[in-house]
This record gives sequence, C-alpha cells and structure tokens, in this order.
Amino acid sequence: MTVTETAESAVSSALEQSRVESHLNPPASYDLADHPVPTGREEVWRFTPLKRLRGILDGAASTADLVREATLPEGVTLSAISAAEALALGELAPNERPAALAAANADGALLLDVPAEAVVTEPVVIRLSGSSVDDLVWGRLLYRIGAHAEVTIVLVHSGSARYCAISSFLVGDGAKVNVLSLQDWDDDAVHLGRDAIRVGRDASVKHTSVSFGGDLVRMHANVEYAGPGGEAELLGLYFADEGQHLEHRLFADHNAPKTKSHVVYKGALQGKGAHTVWIGNVLIRKVAEGIETYEENRNLVLTDGCQADSVPNLEIETGEIEGAGHASATARFDDEQLFYLRSRGVSEKEAQRLVVHGFFNDLIRKVDIALVEDQLLATVEAELAKNVLKDDA
Amino acid sequence: MSTLEIKDLQVQVQTEDGPKEILKGVTLTIKDGETHAIMGPNGSGKSTTAYSIAGHPKYTVTGGEVLLDGENVLEMSVDERARAGLFLAMQYPVEVPGVSMSNFLRTAKTALDGEAPKLRTWVKDVNGALDRMKLDTAFSSRSVNEGFSGGEKKRAEIAQLDLLDPKFAILDEIDSGLDIDALKVVSDGINAYAAREGKGLLLITHYTRILRYVKPDVVHVFVDGRIAESGGPELADELEANGYEKYVSTPAAGV
Repeated sequence: MTVTETAESAVSSALEQSRVESHLNPPASYDLADHPVPTGREEVWRFTPLKRLRGILDGAASTADLVREATLPEGVTLSAISAAEALALGELAPNERPAALAAANADGALLLDVPAEAVVTEPVVIRLSGSSVDDLVWGRLLYRIGAHAEVTIVLVHSGSARYCAISSFLVGDGAKVNVLSLQDWDDDAVHLGRDAIRVGRDASVKHTSVSFGGDLVRMHANVEYAGPGGEAELLGLYFADEGQHLEHRLFADHNAPKTKSHVVYKGALQGKGAHTVWIGNVLIRKVAEGIETYEENRNLVLTDGCQADSVPNLEIETGEIEGAGHASATARFDDEQLFYLRSRGVSEKEAQRLVVHGFFNDLIRKVDIALVEDQLLATVEAELAKNVLKDDA
Repeated sequence: MSTLEIKDLQVQVQTEDGPKEILKGVTLTIKDGETHAIMGPNGSGKSTTAYSIAGHPKYTVTGGEVLLDGENVLEMSVDERARAGLFLAMQYPVEVPGVSMSNFLRTAKTALDGEAPKLRTWVKDVNGALDRMKLDTAFSSRSVNEGFSGGEKKRAEIAQLDLLDPKFAILDEIDSGLDIDALKVVSDGINAYAAREGKGLLLITHYTRILRYVKPDVVHVFVDGRIAESGGPELADELEANGYEKYVSTPAAGV
C-alpha cells in the first residue's frame, strides 16, 4: 500500500529539542484526587468520546462481575488476593482515572502465578464474559511470572459489560512471556483497560492487544523495566466497524539501560463513524543508555466516513542511544496493488481480500500463538464480509 | 484462430494542467502465432498502449476500440480482460506485502480457469515455472514481488506468463534493467510461451537488444502517440544502427 511516512525521526535531530514535561504520561498514583474527572479537552482524553463511557468515570461502586473460565496448565495458579497483597506484590500504580477507579472499586484482585523456572508449554487461557452492558464491572488483575519462567497467556473478553480493569504483569528476570488480550466484545460493550508490564532484567515480553468488538474500547499497554537487558515487543491489531471507537495507547518508559521496545500496531477501518486512535509514547530517560526503540502504526481505510488518528511521541533525555524511530501511515487501498492482482484475473473483491489479509498476515504470524491464529484470520475474514466482500458492495 | 485488434485507439491521462492526449489513434492487429514489437522513444505512448489495453484506471480511452476475437475489451473490467485471455507483464511489478506468491498464483489460476488447480500437479507446475526462470522454489512462499530485485521481478512476471498461459501477452519493457544472463533467461521463457499453439505476443521495448533473442514478425515504431512506421524485423536493425532520430526530428511524418 502507498504509505506516507511521517516523522521517521532521527535521534540526532530530536536531541536539539528542549526538555518538556511529560504531560502525556501523568505520574502514577492511587489517589483519585490526582486523576480528576476529565473534561475531554485534556491531551490524554481529547480523542475519546466521554459520553460513550456511559458513566464509568463517575466510579460508582458495583458488585457485578464477569463470568470467568480459566485453563490453567500444571504449575500455574489463579487465586483471589486482597488489595493490600496486590500492593505488596508490586502492582504497577494507575496513571489515569479509569485504572485508579478500578483499583479503588474492585473487590480485591486476582493473581495469576507462574513459578520461577516453570516452562509452561500449553497456553494459559482466561475467558471473561459479560452478560449486559448495564453491568458495571471493576477488574484488578496481577500476573506474576517468576524468574526464567516461560509462559503464554491468552485473555479473551466477550459478551457485553462496562468493564474497567487495571492489570499488572510483573515479569521476573530472564523470563519469556507472550501475552495476548483479545477484545471480542458484543457491539454495545465499553472496555477501559490498562495493562502495565514491568520487564525483568534480561527478560523478554511480547504483548498483543487485539480489538474487534465493543462500542468503545480504550486500551493502554505500558512497559517499564526492572533492570537492563529487558525486551518488549508490543503488537496490536484492530478492526473498527461503523460507529466503533477503538483506542490503543502505548507507553514504553525506557528507565533502564540496554533495553528494547518494538511496537507494531495495525488496524483497518470500515463504515461510517468508525474511529481508531493510536498513541505511541516513548520516553528515553537519562539513565537509559544504549537502548533501542521503534514504533510503527499502520491503518488501512476501507470505506468513506472513517477516521484514524495516529500520534507517535518520542521524548529523549539521553544521546547515547542505539536506535530510536517511529513511523505512522494511514492509507486507502492502493490502486496499483489492486490493478496488479486484477490484471491476473482476480476479481476486485478477491483482490481487496488478498490485500487486507496480507496487511494483517505478518502481524498475526508475529503474535505466534497457534491457539488464536486461526481465530484471528477467521475474524478478519468475517470483518471483511461486512463491507469489502458484501455482494452488493 | 485468435486476433487482437487495436483500432484507432485514443487515450488521455489527467495531468495537473488538465487532460493530456497520449495516444492519438493507434491501429494494429496481432494474430495468434505472431510476435509484434513496439519500439519508440520515451513518452511516445508505448506503455500507455499496454496499460490502456489492460484497463489501468489512470488512462481514459477517448476513441477507438480494442477487440479480442471480436469482443470489445474496453467494455470489460480489468479482471474480465485477464479472464478473456489478456496478460500484461509490467515494467514495475507491484509489491503486495503479506500475500505469498503461491497464494497469489493459485488465486489467479483459479479465477482464470473457474476452478482450483489440482494441488499435486500445481505445486509441480509452479516449481517448474520458477525453475525455468532460475528462481529458487522458495520464491513461492515469499510475498508477491516484495524484496525482489529488479531482475527477479521480471523473471517472476515471465513465470506467471508461463503458468497463467494467456491467449495474448503484452510485455512492457520486460528487458529493462536486466543483465545479459537474466535477459537470456527471460527471452527463453518468452520464446517458450510464443511457441505454444495459438499465442500472440506484443513486446514493448526501448532497446533493440532483446530482439536478438526474441524475434519479432512485425516491428512498429511509435512516435508522439502514433505508429510512425511498421515493418519487418529489419526495421529493428535499422533502429539499432540509426536510433530514433529520424522520427523524432520529423514528427509530422507520422501516419
């Protein structure tokens, strides 16, 4: 597809910028007073239609819960813990109001525990489903992955609810973790989720956020490092339909030297009022020498009437960097690609189908979780059936 | 018997300064078994002819017709033209990330034949076509044209010609950017295709070099959107000796 590269930024030029307060990443705090109810004009809220949050930000108490179904391979445990225990384990504090509300209102927390040096070959699967958008559900989850453990965790959200959750992934030294969060909600669901990951020394984490369903989904994926040598790969895939708002906010906080972050988010949009937002924030602190970071967001606009917002931000406080860059591109179908495929006899719809699958295929392969690969491909196909492959389209 | 007839074809493109006439009435007829070469200086309308026949949306046909066995090609969509038996090898084949060559080729073959090719023979056919073009069979698992060198792209075009087996093939500057070894490989592929029963070939080139390996029956010289002269293979020899100068300096000599 034709892409317009914006801001393929070289480190040397960025270094000339003066130091700016990181207003994009407000300080973490459990105190709700530090996270006032937004007006919608704030930088971190300006893309989000607040009315469609359906009162979540008011923070009403609720005892509603999602139905939980977990597949736990041997050695992995899931248990209820208290809020105090969550704090003691080193939960990553909320840096925005929804996460702070989830911490304040959830009844304790859930802890998924993977012991040190456990090599878990089967994926951990947690399915959360809601029954009605009238239910307001507060979620608080901790994932503790011990040092040198290896595990794949798949989290599937379905049904409907107003779900607001704070999740922390505490990844031990040398561990290898592959996490996928699938937002496969019904059309009316609202989901505010904050995933924060602390990457241990020499640990590697892959985190994938996949958003297909829901009326409004706003997901954070934040990464920080507990020591040097940690690597994080943050992947995302989304497909926004008519009227849907899908927002993904990334924050890679390079607070340790020799760390890596690599972000790739890809989305497609179709139908009137389909809106996607991608915010990629990277902060390279003074201490973080020799780090590497790259972030990329690509959007494929399939019909008229869609809006894709894409904002990469890079704040750099040290000059001793291996590499830092970002790319953002939003494009329609490339006429040249379609012409090429059609000139070989492939129909227009089939050509569009090939291009969209091609657009997502690399990413789905990168996710590297066999359990969900077919499902992701099938969902892309089902999404295509709504417009591109529709008989009268 | 197959025939591709181009009659008084007139074509415009949109430019910043409004529509610009590129083809000003091109007429030529290719019968099956024949190889025609179109030669001419840059901007003479060679590629426009190729892309107009294939139906590229950038070109607007303002007059004339293109008939394939009497059927009006210009009323067909791009893919219908391919299914009617036309094939265009492009000067700059387009990259399609994430779509493997094997998936693409199978999808195209299925679209052309109306049924999926038999799996066992198809893999063999694909590998054979790649092998004849001196392309590693690993190419079938790579994304369409992505990361291919210029020469590999051209060889992949001819591998497609081999596999998709159209009635008429239009090759747009298939020789540009090829070293001599690659040119020979590509020429062998073109000759093998042309030797099949009932095939017609339109070879568009800026240089006479490829015509030493692919022998045309008819050579047309394009100048300023028209055929300035047509003749036998000897016309190519004359162009090789004298270049396009005589045509360019006297554009009014056009038909």
